Amino acid sequence: MAKKKSVKDTSKFLQLRSVESGYGKLQILFGVDMDINPSDITLIIGPNGAGKSTILKSMFNLCDVYKGKVMYKGKDITKLPTHDRIKMGIAIVPQGRQVFSGLTVKENLEMGAFMTKEKELINTRMDEVLGHFPVLRKKLYDNAYSLSGGQQQMLAMGRGLMQDPQLLLLDEPSLGLAPKTMQEVFEKVKEIRDEGTAILMVEQNAKAACEFADKIYVLEEGRVAMHGGREILKSDKIKKIYLGGHEK
Amino acid sequence: MAFINYVIHLAILIGIYSIVTFSLNLAVGFTGLLNLGHVGFFGIGAYVSALLAVQGVSLWISIPLGALAAMVMGIILAMPTTRLKGDYLALATLGFTFILGSVARNWTDVTRGALGIPGIPKIVKGNTEFLFVVVVLAVVSYLAMWYISRSRFGLTCEAIRDDELAAKMLGKNTFAHKALMLGFSALFAGFAGGLFAHYITFIDPSIFGINDLILMFSMLIVGGLASVKGSAIGTIVLFLIPEPLRFIGFPSSVLGPMREMIFALILLLILIYRPKGLFGKVDFS
Repeated sequence: MAKKKSVKDTSKFLQLRSVESGYGKLQILFGVDMDINPSDITLIIGPNGAGKSTILKSMFNLCDVYKGKVMYKGKDITKLPTHDRIKMGIAIVPQGRQVFSGLTVKENLEMGAFMTKEKELINTRMDEVLGHFPVLRKKLYDNAYSLSGGQQQMLAMGRGLMQDPQLLLLDEPSLGLAPKTMQEVFEKVKEIRDEGTAILMVEQNAKAACEFADKIYVLEEGRVAMHGGREILKSDKIKKIYLGGHEK
Repeated sequence: MAFINYVIHLAILIGIYSIVTFSLNLAVGFTGLLNLGHVGFFGIGAYVSALLAVQGVSLWISIPLGALAAMVMGIILAMPTTRLKGDYLALATLGFTFILGSVARNWTDVTRGALGIPGIPKIVKGNTEFLFVVVVLAVVSYLAMWYISRSRFGLTCEAIRDDELAAKMLGKNTFAHKALMLGFSALFAGFAGGLFAHYITFIDPSIFGINDLILMFSMLIVGGLASVKGSAIGTIVLFLIPEPLRFIGFPSSVLGPMREMIFALILLLILIYRPKGLFGKVDFS
């Protein structure tokens, strides 16, 4: 796989400052602040409807950001078009394993190579990605719809990695997966992080994902309720949020 | 001799319509755009080429110009409509076909309205020679459309068909891809329309009719979406299956509706028992 990537100023990697966003008139996020470090797995957890996926969409110009700023490596990217964000090294793997079912595994991966049209470079990158997901190598010419759920998730992640990103946004990678496969997917996420790609992951399965996370943000009703290391999971506040209690 | 002429006539129509089916497949099968304006592009190609040719313009210029006019209309149509999805896109593009039919009927100074345009020059004199020309042009068109569908651009259109949001998240300009693919689809439909006009030598506003649209979609669905082979086989099957009816001796008032009934029956059977068509990659739903 690729050499470990390095980011010079780690304090300004990805920052959200007082972000308020939503869909049309429906506001979901209310003044969210976040700091994401390079080479970390940052996890966003919270109950349904807390606005976890909207945070990722705010970073990728896929919803309306009314107020606040999204800063990446010191630059304001709040209003930047999606393709420019990809050029800057951000990739997203959407929720629900959105693979292109009519295309083969190879074609799906090629679709991810946004930055280049050079065949040789695409092949080198594909080789690196297949190094992470050897199961896909055996199915390179199979249609994506014939893959199992876990394999489709790996393909979606592989497609994101084809862009050689410095930051990978993952929206519920464990959704609908069997526990064993889910564990496998999280191991892969860790592997990708270890090679220097920062991960920002939204996850419903908080318990399993927290084992791999370096930093955790807990979201409640569109606001950051807590953040910190793994130790915050032991807090009573977390239990209340997950059991439906509301902190005043 | 009469039977041979009949077979040649059928083969010419199959050649022309197989280009139409594949071009419709570019938009519907490969890109997922439920475009009911295809018969409009076919008609534009026929009208533009016929009008130029009767004014003395060479067929080598009039037919490509007809195809280009259809392509331009395709891209213009894409501007407001490709942001629509499914049924809405279908309705909007169907409206486009009706508008074109209305223009052809009412812009009498140019199109002669319902009287149509007679005396359109043929590409070559004999039908056997015409068949040769059509086969060559159909093969060239197929190769060109096959190349488009297998190119990076074509694969991106397939990705958009499967999941437009995911394609956007990969930085693809989905609107530009859909507009250009609709343009290519219209280009080849217009080209086939030109060939049709210069074969039949007469066209009138009925070329924008709903019956032809149903025929085009039947050929597409029977052959299968996103399939090169399916486009050709679907055309052949739909053209040949109703032909034996001619020899039974039904009056033409019965023959026409029976053809429509057969198309409807074939479509129903295909959609129930083989939703992907004979060779399709994706099903119509």
